[in-house]
Amino acid sequence: MPKYVVATPDEIPPGERKIVQIGGRSIGIFNIDGEFFAIRNSCPHQGGPLCKGMVTGFLESPTPGTYHYTRKGEILRCPWHSWEFDIKTGQSWWNPDQRRVRKYEVHVESGEDIDASNTEPEKGPYVADTFPVTVEQQYVVIEID
Amino acid sequence: MENTTTKRLKYPIIDCDIHNSVPPGGLSPYLSQRWQDHHKTFGLRGQIGGYYPRALLNAARHDAWPPSGLSPGADLGFMQEQLLDAWGIEYGVLNPLIPVGEQLNLEYSAALASAVNDWQANDWVEPEPRLRASIVLPYENGDLSAEEIHRCGPNPAFVHILLLARTREPLGNRKYWKIYEAAVEYDLPIGIHFGGNQGPITGAGWPSYYIEDHGGMPQAFHTQVISYVCEGVFDRFPTLKVVLIEGGFAWLPPLIWRLDATWEKLRSEIPDLKRKPSEYIRDHFYLSTQPMEEPPKREYFEQMLEQMDMNDKLMFATDYPHWDFDAPDRALPNFLAPELRKKILSDNARNLYTFDKLITNNQ
Repeated sequence: MPKYVVATPDEIPPGERKIVQIGGRSIGIFNIDGEFFAIRNSCPHQGGPLCKGMVTGFLESPTPGTYHYTRKGEILRCPWHSWEFDIKTGQSWWNPDQRRVRKYEVHVESGEDIDASNTEPEKGPYVADTFPVTVEQQYVVIEID
Repeated sequence: MENTTTKRLKYPIIDCDIHNSVPPGGLSPYLSQRWQDHHKTFGLRGQIGGYYPRALLNAARHDAWPPSGLSPGADLGFMQEQLLDAWGIEYGVLNPLIPVGEQLNLEYSAALASAVNDWQANDWVEPEPRLRASIVLPYENGDLSAEEIHRCGPNPAFVHILLLARTREPLGNRKYWKIYEAAVEYDLPIGIHFGGNQGPITGAGWPSYYIEDHGGMPQAFHTQVISYVCEGVFDRFPTLKVVLIEGGFAWLPPLIWRLDATWEKLRSEIPDLKRKPSEYIRDHFYLSTQPMEEPPKREYFEQMLEQMDMNDKLMFATDYPHWDFDAPDRALPNFLAPELRKKILSDNARNLYTFDKLITNNQ
């Protein structure tokens, strides 16, 4: 599975996102409490730009009159029809069998571990010859097939 | 931006429901000093209590707020980029939802209607020849409305008349007939759009939530359809056409059946009626698709179309920039036959509306 360098960690602080174009796809990278997650920027419902939506939490009501606000910062709401998705899994909260957004593996690698030998120019904005790789520098890396 | 490239679609698109809004001071050039002063001093005043907060600010898509800082729908350049260019829309019908017809001050209502109409023609249709305007009216008064239709009707920038679904009386009522009389003179369809706040918003009083307001809106459309038929409007104005906008359409077949069945038993009450209610409805009404009905099974959707038997009357709409927007490439179910898809996406609207009379500077 090809790997794409998409950002440095400090470019996407906790609670923030970055939308990138890789492999012909638009993908949003989200930082939730220091952990990175990536999902496709296209809502499975009608194709809205999902990753431009509001990041919110999940409001549950186990019994009438009782409310729990949970998962703060982990739920992404589509800017068009407000479908809600779990950023960590791509799962929609309603009708999960039919609505699941594609999620991708993301992790942080240090520069020395990234094999740039097969990197083609169009694969990402942060190739070594533009932004020098140092052994100290960490990168957010996404894997897509 | 990743969404600005034109999506390649197989068929032309006509969008029958686009909402433009007024930027700050946008109507001032079109209002006399007398009404500008009135607006500053007294502001808009309709009925109290009919407005349900829309859950999303301005009821808009989150991504529809223009970078210019204007409200969704107020920035023509951004609308061109995000809607007209993005999907290569052939024509779009503007339905500005400014509370004009609901104003309690009727003279102000009339002045505001004229201002909104001039603003649409000059600030939207003139610079963007893909757009067409709606004639908004002080619709609770027939005489003032007819005057405005005669003023705007000859201008081909306007392709229909815009009313809202929740009026003070059902729209078949005699008090609205002068609107229809003038409309047929210019062959302008009547568009009735989702909304209006002139009394309890349901047939059973005031509900608690916006979701009830939104989900229950077809009730108001039921009332209007029944009223037009039973008041005999289509016998008096045989060429009148009525477009139901953003009201959905799945509810129509059972209403038609019920009305036909009731009419067979109670027809002596309205002996003027020459035809069955279903015949008037299928001949005179058009419906916009958005919000697209989403039944859980494909066969339900197909049955619904068969029951309606109005394949020539369904017209695609996006409702841009509102939160329940329908995307032209994704809203219609993918199993629709190509011929029907083409009709809904543009042919039906092209047959109803007169788009091509407008000669623009660009042509």
